[in-house]
Amino acid sequence: MTVITPPETTIAPAIRTPRPTAFWRLKGFPLIPVLILVFIALVAIFADVLAPYDPTIGSLARRFRPPFWQEGGSMAYLLGTDHVGRDVLSRLIYGARVSMVVGITAVLVAGGIGTLLGILSGYLGGWADQVVMRLTDTWLALPALTFAIFLAAIVGPSELNIILILGLVYWTRYARVIRGEVLSLKQREFVRLAIVAGCSSRTIMWRHILPNVINSAVVLATLMLGVVIVTEASLSFLGVGVPPPKPAWGLMMADGKKGLLVGYWWLTVMPGLCIMLMVLSANLLGDWLRVKLDPQLRQL
Amino acid sequence: MKQYILRRIGYSLLSLFLLSLTIFLFVRVTGDPVALLTEPGASQEDIEAMHRQFGLDQPLWVQYWHFVASFITGDFGQSFYYRTPVLDLYFQRLPNSLLLAAVAMVLSLVIGIPSGILAAVRVDGFWDSAGKLFALLGLSLPQFWVGLVLILVFSVSLGWLPSSGSGTVWHLLMPAFTLGWYFAAAHMRLTRSSMLEVLGSEYIKLARLKGLPEALVIGKHALKNALIPVITLAGINLVVMINVAVIVETVFAWPGIGRLLYEGVTFRDFPVVQAVVVIGGSMIILVNLLIDILYALIDPRIRLES
Repeated sequence: MTVITPPETTIAPAIRTPRPTAFWRLKGFPLIPVLILVFIALVAIFADVLAPYDPTIGSLARRFRPPFWQEGGSMAYLLGTDHVGRDVLSRLIYGARVSMVVGITAVLVAGGIGTLLGILSGYLGGWADQVVMRLTDTWLALPALTFAIFLAAIVGPSELNIILILGLVYWTRYARVIRGEVLSLKQREFVRLAIVAGCSSRTIMWRHILPNVINSAVVLATLMLGVVIVTEASLSFLGVGVPPPKPAWGLMMADGKKGLLVGYWWLTVMPGLCIMLMVLSANLLGDWLRVKLDPQLRQL
Repeated sequence: MKQYILRRIGYSLLSLFLLSLTIFLFVRVTGDPVALLTEPGASQEDIEAMHRQFGLDQPLWVQYWHFVASFITGDFGQSFYYRTPVLDLYFQRLPNSLLLAAVAMVLSLVIGIPSGILAAVRVDGFWDSAGKLFALLGLSLPQFWVGLVLILVFSVSLGWLPSSGSGTVWHLLMPAFTLGWYFAAAHMRLTRSSMLEVLGSEYIKLARLKGLPEALVIGKHALKNALIPVITLAGINLVVMINVAVIVETVFAWPGIGRLLYEGVTFRDFPVVQAVVVIGGSMIILVNLLIDILYALIDPRIRLES
């Protein structure tokens, strides 16, 4: 008796699509930029522990000390001292806190306003849409930094004011992108079904639209982080940012500028490097997220 | 066509209205405008005169009307610091800003267009990667950082270029490059993507099939069409450049509009700050309108759409 075994090939071999492995998903992951951002964040959190000196108190007796590897420098002040004898390293460490706090909260404020108005304007249409979009057009015509300077000149600079100003200046970028996404989501089946099922506009916007635009909002937030940090530093550089004695990196560069021509290069180069590293890292991460999370934003 | 242009003009007028309303409300709502518009340490009589001049006891819309009317007639008030009408100051500085913007624009196009073409012709090649890096740096490096590093290298270490001021061609180079890099990056990216689009089109395939040398296909046939969006962007950017040079002009002490804004902020000279913002915003709204109308005149598709 022969046992007929069905040939194995009768089980149609499904064309095996390789499952997206963790490796594939992380392809091109910007490891170094993320490590740099994490490092800066940790430095900002533990500034009190890490900083060897008080960043706001100096002594004129030891001003303009160069970094330790240069002649005249010492291990006591690793990155030298500034024009009033404050330790540059300690100021950089506390400056990380200013940049992180202002950068992240300002992006959240801008993202909150922009996402909310973008959803309202895209979903409700009509008058709400007209008002929000015309306002967006107008505010986008104002150069961001000029607008921020103008607002800072009115309300006066303080850390909270700078955060609000940056939020007010940059929400328009979100509103425009989010509105576009909402317009196309509105045509999708699940939103139409929700309307037929009798959901209120509020429920639809909150439960069905918002979760679908979060991806874009996160990508935009990462991309905006770099822009916002540069603007914050620029405001500080111009003297209308986070007021002294708080050590903001932009302010350190403005203070150090006068010393540049007589050879005190570390006062500008050090904070400049910090700003550059942070902004480049944020932008590289944002670019990667944009391609990974949100193909629609690739055109940006 | 007529309808399209009229609608565009309508939008722009609306934008100008919203711009003035924004400025007005921010100045009025966030505090006493008199505190901003009178000098620190002004006498009580001056403050009262100011109150009367602004008509702060009148309804808000009357105040708004006075506010707009003064702008339309070109009255931006007196500068506290220079003691001259703000508009005169603005026009004194404008030529310097125009010069800086023009040189920066030429630099950005000379760098941006060829590197964009090269990147598009050799996608993922060396030049494409180099161009991407150049663009990434241009778009993310803060201008004051670029400027100060240039000063450190070319003025302090090498001693080739003057670190600040104006007057000669040598004074122009560093500020123009600092300002132009960001825009070079933008122009490069646009040239690359627009060139890639054109290179994929039918008429380019035909030109290649006819056996035209590749240099001619790219340099003549493709370039002409690929450059249209770039030139448009450059036109808008020229106006933008005049208004965003505040950092560059501060770093290099270049006496343009941006420097005027910086002085306005530093000397608490609010009329100057307000005028720079209002004029800058209006300028950009108007140039956008101009570009829209030009496009409608050139491209029948836009005309017929309406």
